[in-house]
Amino acid sequence: MTFSPAARIALRVLMGLGLAVIYVPLLVVLVNSVNADRAFGWPPSGFTGHWWTRAMDNDGARRAVLTSVKAGVGATAAALVLGTLAAFAVARHRFFGREAVSLVVVLPIALPGIVTGIALSNAFQVVLKPLGIGLGLFTVIVGHATFCVVTIYNNVLARLRRTGANLEEASADLGADTFQTFWYVTFPALRSALFAGALLSFALSFDEIIVTTFTAGPGAETLPIWIFNNLFRPNQAPVVNVLAAALIVLSIVPIYLAQRLSSASRGVT
Amino acid sequence: MPEAAVRIRDLRKTFGAVEAVAGVDLDIGDGEFFSMLGPSGSGKTTVLRLIAGFERPTAGTVELGGVDVTGLAPFDRDVNTVFQDYALFPHLDVLRNVEYGLKVRRVPRAARRERAVEALRSVRLDGLERRRPGELSGGQRQRVALARALVNEPRVLLLDEPLGALDLKLREEMQVELKSIQRRAGITFVFVTHDQEEALTLSDRVAVLDRGRVQQVGTPAEVYERPATGFVAGFVGTSNRVGDVCVRPEKLHVEIGDDLPGPPGGGRHALGTVAEVVYAGAVTRFVIDLDSGDRVVALQQNLRTSSTDVTRQRGARVRVGWEAAHEFRVPSDAVPASPAAPAS
Ligand SMILES: Nc1ncnc2c1ncn2[C@@H]1O[C@H](COP(=O)(O)OP(=O)(O)OP(=O)(O)O)[C@@H](O)[C@H]1O
Ligand SMILES: [Mg+2]
Repeated sequence: MTFSPAARIALRVLMGLGLAVIYVPLLVVLVNSVNADRAFGWPPSGFTGHWWTRAMDNDGARRAVLTSVKAGVGATAAALVLGTLAAFAVARHRFFGREAVSLVVVLPIALPGIVTGIALSNAFQVVLKPLGIGLGLFTVIVGHATFCVVTIYNNVLARLRRTGANLEEASADLGADTFQTFWYVTFPALRSALFAGALLSFALSFDEIIVTTFTAGPGAETLPIWIFNNLFRPNQAPVVNVLAAALIVLSIVPIYLAQRLSSASRGVT
Repeated sequence: MPEAAVRIRDLRKTFGAVEAVAGVDLDIGDGEFFSMLGPSGSGKTTVLRLIAGFERPTAGTVELGGVDVTGLAPFDRDVNTVFQDYALFPHLDVLRNVEYGLKVRRVPRAARRERAVEALRSVRLDGLERRRPGELSGGQRQRVALARALVNEPRVLLLDEPLGALDLKLREEMQVELKSIQRRAGITFVFVTHDQEEALTLSDRVAVLDRGRVQQVGTPAEVYERPATGFVAGFVGTSNRVGDVCVRPEKLHVEIGDDLPGPPGGGRHALGTVAEVVYAGAVTRFVIDLDSGDRVVALQQNLRTSSTDVTRQRGARVRVGWEAAHEFRVPSDAVPASPAAPAS
């Protein structure tokens, strides 16, 4: 496509504006986390690492980070197992209702979080409570796993479709049993897809707040929830800023890695 | 007859409504170079996959060396396959690809390394051990696939159009090489191709398949000289219908001229007009309308003729002669699918 010089300039300005709307606020958060001015006056009167040290020393924040990491790891682990199995079933086997599986797996990420949250909260009350399991880290993990499965499922399915079944057939032909074929041929082909899916899954879980609100008991305060709870306490505002800044940095890394891995045409070995 | 390396009885395979294999019986001898020839969709690959164990037959049995393997998984069958797309493991280097079968069968490292290197030498790929399949040419990949299968010393090697992806020159080279490897190793080859020339030149015996059925099994000469059905006559080579018999194009002798002497004693002959003539280097291809109404194709070696001569022969009167011994009959219900069907 070719544009006139005027149109080209207009498009560039529009794109610049669009990016500015997204990224300038993020930049402000980053700057404010080292803003020496207590009331976050603008422009900053100076820079300080004070807020970062205070955030490190904050017990509640530390616990929340730990809870979030546990939830993310747990949900990702569950998603890895379930998503991989579902992708295998759909890619390598024929069965009644195969076409419906994709819809069922992908739906939770499209559903409003509040719907998933209410549904899960009700289900936990009815099913888990009589068993003596209250809301807590476990229920958060289950709740997050419902939508984390998608990232693994999609990544693995795409990879399985691309590699086809012929390498697995060649392996069986050469005498490898089912387990050897998976370990020596299928898994190496999937490794980077699994890694990319896991990073995305962890990132999704880490910043989730709506479903978490409905499934976390009082003992399982994840980082986003802690931030939300402390957002309007003026005393905690600098710490919240620091955590937000840390989250921005932490989120960029896995997303960047995941993108590079899924676009790399061949699996990393 | 020695014990069959592969024995197939009443083999059937249906995919939904498609009957890919519709009752096949085959006996393939030990050490034989056996080809399956047939048009696209005739069920060649499916028969091969049934022998390898990738598909379960709808009915029928597969025996290898006298043992019924119909219910066994691929990894429990003493056969190896060279796939049409080679199916090399992209994440392993050449040496590890070739070692794979020995590794999963728990051959000690030193022994398998030695055998893999030996196998690579036998396909003339020594020196490329550390390359990945992605860094090889088509012909080299084909050799790796061959070495990867041969290193296991299978009783039977299945090859599904292994030369299909190669250009003509390389294909001819590999044909010679395949044949000599097969002879040296004494392994039974079951070779699938839709290239009739390849099948005829390489094989001890050929099975011609059509629509999931074996039309004929025989030596290349039998299949070519005495086709059992109209389909075989049309698919393997070209055949001409002259009256109620058929004759191959190269068996026709073309004499050109208006004042032809009388026919030689003993032979058959017919008069006609050259409708088309094509110079093809070593041979000239005549399309001749016989006075009887049949249209025939005749191939003549260019012993003395050159391209400028032959093109002048369009429209010339000719006499076509052949020997009675070269005539063959096919069931009249199936007219050979000759490209030179009578013009209306
Ligand atoms: N997995 C499958 N599902 C459905 N139909 C199949 C399947 N595999 C083969 N067929 C059908 O079975 C028939 C025989 O196929 P097959 O692949 O054996 O033919 P082929 O002789 O190897 O042909 P080609 O020379 O094109 O490779 C075809 O009609 C094909 O469409
Ligand atoms: Mg085929």
